[in-house]
Amino acid sequence: MTVMKSILGAAATLALAAGAALAEPALIYDLGGKFDKSFNEAAFNGASRWAEETGGSFRDIELSSEAQREQALRRFAEQGFNPIVTTGFSMAGPIETVAPDYPDIKFVTIDGYVDPEKHPNVLSVLFSEHEGSYLVGMAAAMASKSGTVGFVGGMDIPLIRKFACGYAQGVKAVNPDAKVIANMTGSDPSAWNDPVKGGEITKAQIGQGADVVFAAAGGTGLGVLQTAADEGIYSIGVDSNQNYLHPGSVLTSMLKRVDNAVYDAMTAGEGLETGVAVKDLSNRGVGIALDGYNEKLMSFEALASIYDAAAKIEAGEIEVHDYSADDSCPDLQF
Amino acid sequence: MDTMPRWADVALIPLLNLLIAFVLSGLVILAIGENPIEAVETMITGALGSTYGWGYTLYYTTNFLFTGLAVSVAFHARLFNIGGEGQATLGGLGVALACLSVNWPHWLVALPVALTAAALFGAAWALIPAYFQAKRGSHIVITTIMFNFIGAALLNYMLVNVLKPAGQMEPASGNFPPGASLPTFQDIFAFTGGTLFRGAPANITFFIGVAACFLVWWLIWHTRLGYAIRSFGQSEPAAVYAGISPVKITVIAMLISGALAGAMAINNVMGEAERLVLNSVEGAGFIGIAVALMGRSHPFGVFLAALLFGFLYQGGAELSLWTSIPRELVIVVQALVILFTGALDNMVRMPVERMFIAARLARAEAKRAKPAEAAE
Repeated sequence: MTVMKSILGAAATLALAAGAALAEPALIYDLGGKFDKSFNEAAFNGASRWAEETGGSFRDIELSSEAQREQALRRFAEQGFNPIVTTGFSMAGPIETVAPDYPDIKFVTIDGYVDPEKHPNVLSVLFSEHEGSYLVGMAAAMASKSGTVGFVGGMDIPLIRKFACGYAQGVKAVNPDAKVIANMTGSDPSAWNDPVKGGEITKAQIGQGADVVFAAAGGTGLGVLQTAADEGIYSIGVDSNQNYLHPGSVLTSMLKRVDNAVYDAMTAGEGLETGVAVKDLSNRGVGIALDGYNEKLMSFEALASIYDAAAKIEAGEIEVHDYSADDSCPDLQF
Repeated sequence: MDTMPRWADVALIPLLNLLIAFVLSGLVILAIGENPIEAVETMITGALGSTYGWGYTLYYTTNFLFTGLAVSVAFHARLFNIGGEGQATLGGLGVALACLSVNWPHWLVALPVALTAAALFGAAWALIPAYFQAKRGSHIVITTIMFNFIGAALLNYMLVNVLKPAGQMEPASGNFPPGASLPTFQDIFAFTGGTLFRGAPANITFFIGVAACFLVWWLIWHTRLGYAIRSFGQSEPAAVYAGISPVKITVIAMLISGALAGAMAINNVMGEAERLVLNSVEGAGFIGIAVALMGRSHPFGVFLAALLFGFLYQGGAELSLWTSIPRELVIVVQALVILFTGALDNMVRMPVERMFIAARLARAEAKRAKPAEAAE
């Protein structure tokens, strides 16, 4: 009886505590986990920045199974968290299922696409990764002496092929004869967090002549950057600015400003505008990182031509092919 | 002669193991500055305090029932099938192909076909390692675990290149037709007003899982085949002497094991996601090993162990939702339970056995002393 009472008591306090949290935002990380030094961590950083600046607080959860996607959405929605921000394209499906049941709650999917016609309370934030990758591809081709550059992807999915395809196009734009070696780390989710294998692939690519390697592989990329630094070649980071990791070896980073997307969504709060938001070069959603750590590595000419290309992409004069548009790439065979 | 009464073997030892695991987990939670009592309360209310919580607990339980039974059946033939993960992955592929092939009119029609496909695909994935074990002596532990990776790669290939609708970013199949949608507990208990099990993924597969428990029990202890499997497991030379073919029993036991693991896909692919996603099994194949170990390879034990792990999974989810206990620590708690119930079983068993032996000796001593007293 007493056990039952304390259980009920706990349930009541839980409900009270959650009820008090009305209209706080919530953040759901994808299976990679909160501190992946990359994609999810960028989301956490954006949310933390919002919390620091506004003094607000947010609730977050790291998923550990597929079934929890819908569960976490429903639990947060039922407790009145608003907006509910999610990272990773895998959340799009569960949001489609859950969103109609909670029309007053705003859902945000970063990297996922939900039809705005059918689901008016969902914001889909999409990044033009191919544009940013194009720019770092140019940087790679200009830094390469051997004419061979590498790409190390995480898990072999269309999103990563989109990175690789944009990168290859950038490389070929500078040097049409350049060779792009593209490898994926694996075919299951562990490929996002396997720095040892990332390092091995990098060594294999160096063996084939690559002297610049672009890692778009989450935690695996840390091994790629480490190996590149050990072997004395250039590497390119991804998502967050990773230039500081190995100064002198990390040529630059392809920025994907997930943090800004989360920050903006939380700042907008319940008044969030839904629909589809494309974050590309023109609105600084993607870009190339230049800071004190890599300014000596990038020549003035290189920077000039990269900025020139960026302006042309923004103006629509250069069309970077998007792999996910037709599942094919003109400059790279997978 | 048994050193311990049966109740101690099947109930006392697992309970002691659990108790140690929970105490240690509590200490770990305490060490990171959280309140273990609150954590336990969150887990219990979250997993068992509402029909919603039960709906999730039983959903996970169903997964572990199938994989636990799969490992158990192989155990009886002394085969360590750690390929449940891959077999369930392939089962999912079978379910997806079956569900997407026809615009099913009703789930009653779709279910038997999908179940057959799941079992066939799972069994086929177990067949190759079984054949190598039986004919070539390639160790089943090595081959089945390697087949997990091949299965993951195959699924990835199928999803990315074959099943993924054009233009979709996520490597997942399209949604199954509505006619292939299995009734969830919410649908089944709709007559009570529709608020029970709301939004929870537990579905009719749970009952199939329970039926599978009975089937396995009947198969292992009440059929000739079950007898052959058990005798082969106890002693291969004796089985050969009795005219049982080791090759045949190895292959058949693994086929049944693979079919059971594959059948799990009915629950997670057809019942829950209603489409095939990457990583849909998410470790249930490995949890099945712990479930079988803890359940002593008996279907009833497997059922209880599956329920426990279902509780741990759902309770763990609630922990990460409402406390700041990190996800990794929830896994630590689950791992401690596996460690103590599976791997460190003897640590508790030996002292308890000694205790029982000592008690019995003392009783015998007392008995001997009594007639002596009477004679005086």
